Amino acid sequence: MKPKRLVFVGVGGQGNLLASRLLGEACLSVGIPAVVSEIHGMAQRGGIVESAVLMGDVTSPIVSNGEADVLIGFEPVETLRALGKCNTGTTIITNTHPLPPFTVSVGQGSYPPVDEILALIERKANRLIALDGNALAGQAGNALSLNMVMLGALTGSGTIPIGMEDMKKTISSSTKKTFLESNLRAFDLGMENAAIQVQSSGVQGSRLH
Amino acid sequence: MAFATCYPGTPSSEIPEQFFRIARETELYFEYSTNEKVALEVGAGAAISGVRTIVTMKHVGLNVAADPLLTLAYVGIKGGMVIICADDPYLFSSQNEQDNRYYARLSSLPMLEPTNTQEMKDFTIAAFDLSEDLELPVIIRTTTRLNHIRGAVRLGRLRPIKAKGSFKKDPFHFVTVPAVSRKLHGLLVKKYDRAAEESDNSPYNQIIGKGGWGIVTNGVSFNYVSDAVSELGITDKTCVLRLGFSWPLPGKVCASFLKQVEKVLVIEELEPVMEHDLKAIAQEHGVTIPIKGKGVGGLSRLFEYDPAMVRKAIAEYFGLEYNGPEALELSEVPELPARPPNLCAGCPHRATYYAVKQICGPDTVHPTDIGCYTLGLLPPISMADFVICMGSSVSSSCGFSRATNQKVVSFIGDSTFFHSGITGLINAVHNNHKFTLVILDNGTTAMTGHQPHPGVNPSPMGLENTQVSLEELVRGCGVKDVHLVRPLKVKKTMEEVKAAMEYDGISVIISREFCPLFAKATGQFKRTRAFYVNHDRCKNHRDCINELACPAMYLEGEQAEIDKDLCIGCSVCAQVCPENAILPLKA
Repeated sequence: MKPKRLVFVGVGGQGNLLASRLLGEACLSVGIPAVVSEIHGMAQRGGIVESAVLMGDVTSPIVSNGEADVLIGFEPVETLRALGKCNTGTTIITNTHPLPPFTVSVGQGSYPPVDEILALIERKANRLIALDGNALAGQAGNALSLNMVMLGALTGSGTIPIGMEDMKKTISSSTKKTFLESNLRAFDLGMENAAIQVQSSGVQGSRLH
Repeated sequence: MAFATCYPGTPSSEIPEQFFRIARETELYFEYSTNEKVALEVGAGAAISGVRTIVTMKHVGLNVAADPLLTLAYVGIKGGMVIICADDPYLFSSQNEQDNRYYARLSSLPMLEPTNTQEMKDFTIAAFDLSEDLELPVIIRTTTRLNHIRGAVRLGRLRPIKAKGSFKKDPFHFVTVPAVSRKLHGLLVKKYDRAAEESDNSPYNQIIGKGGWGIVTNGVSFNYVSDAVSELGITDKTCVLRLGFSWPLPGKVCASFLKQVEKVLVIEELEPVMEHDLKAIAQEHGVTIPIKGKGVGGLSRLFEYDPAMVRKAIAEYFGLEYNGPEALELSEVPELPARPPNLCAGCPHRATYYAVKQICGPDTVHPTDIGCYTLGLLPPISMADFVICMGSSVSSSCGFSRATNQKVVSFIGDSTFFHSGITGLINAVHNNHKFTLVILDNGTTAMTGHQPHPGVNPSPMGLENTQVSLEELVRGCGVKDVHLVRPLKVKKTMEEVKAAMEYDGISVIISREFCPLFAKATGQFKRTRAFYVNHDRCKNHRDCINELACPAMYLEGEQAEIDKDLCIGCSVCAQVCPENAILPLKA
């Protein structure tokens, strides 16, 4: 299989490492070679967490600048910050719910308006799928299921060779049973939201919140 | 293997976490040792007694363990011994990016460099076998990108565990007085020569392809090279020499490789180690083809390599047309707010820093050390002035305070103090230095993931209480002026800091409060109410935000607010507020 390179970015605590790990496991479960890599130096201290999933005929565990096929951003400014990973063919999936860093509170920077962030990404990206993942997670009944929403959106975007059933099987076998129901609900909400955006837009995604 | 020791350090910390678990279910003995030197010496005792032993550490940890390493190489071992050292190109979480391949050269010990998850497992087994065969410790060198990957691993059969060995006395081998070591050095050189033969016959040193374009690589870079060769469609033109058993260098393999190619590109992160060695081998064999590495394309001695960099360097060196995917034009992206890691909401370090700052002002010199509290470097705390390695806070304070007329208040964490702060403190007493050392005692090794250390009471984890008392230890070092403070009591802490700084000699403040993350994880967290800002009282001084920068605080327009989901109720901001406008939420 032709290599596919995915980059996940987020903030410590958002669960993007689990999302990338589950995607890697789902690949192996359907016989697609995959390698997952993570940089999580001080994740618990509010820093940026980046991970990558590379699938198919590729052995390198990281994605160079400009070489991501898909960028999945769990936080709008972090999606924008990671734009260097993208090229003109990259699909970008982003959460629209902002988490301003503390540097903003102490006046060391300002957080751009989310609409401007999204408009900028939309102008640059081949395709943008934007969704309020936190709201959907809340709707699923578990505020911590943002990562499942994003995994659902990724599956619904049609950019990966893994189907809904296989993703769900992996989620069922590799996440805590207590949260399984809400996790699957969150996954469905993310997937439906992304699928609608893909269908309704053709190439260019429209933002549905 | 039956014996494992370590000192945690990113990117090696996840390895012993698995040993910790395995040891609870099997005969494996595992310990978090006090530091890497201790870990290696404990391991040496086991391996010399015939028990298979593994010792893990990060790259700079091997500096701490270098003293035993170089002479253990002379003595050798009986049971297999594998030392895993994790290098950190790009310094994701380290103070330098030294290339530990030099340690193999310095010690004459064999080194293996795996490339992926499967090889991490396979090479470890091979390293044990090699170690037992040669009666030498074998070093496995990894890098961050290998340590922090997940991938498929095909498991093999478990071999029987030999949990106990026996030590056979042989003082004229094991006691390294000069007369013995002269003999042992010769023995090491003989073993080294045998290791070189093994390296020449090793399946991990492969020549792949028959083309005239030679590429030499190792470790994680082998992935980048393999992908680049196939993506550039030059498999037929290239001949790749991959060095997995990288020291001793397989001299014969290298020579035959050099004789079959037209020119050579060496792709290795950090220092041009193989590049220089290959040039020497070429000279010996009268081979005059071009051999290059550093300086081609973006290949540098700095930081890590990546797939595109390697692809471009190969294309440039061998004269290929190469166009990568078109990166986005990003000049429109505005300056984004930085997101550096920050001390957690309610972190007691923040409270200690605040109290010390109120007393000693901005001119005091603050040598610091390695742990979460190094984040005190960042504003608004800005109380880290110097750090080079574990323990350097204490010893460098001796120098700063003696060589200047400046006040010195230094910081070290509890785990780091046990690791390598104690000897510095004894030195401070012995040589009558005058400064204040603050030991930030949060009851765990927080930075690397809450590993225990000698000052921890491990009974909440179901283990025997083996706690070493920090106060008794500090007093035992000869310190007369010792203050124990609870940093969340701001005023009282400030009083104690003042008293400590007025003491004419070495004074120590032990600032004791659990790391809240650790306390929560171990069920030792006392639930307290979150706080809120009372708008009627708040006069917008913003001392809370500007002095503390707690991540639970934020500005809503011009009004300081507290995120009740992040606030853990440490109450420090409430004590700092001049208007008493920060109050606990009603239950």
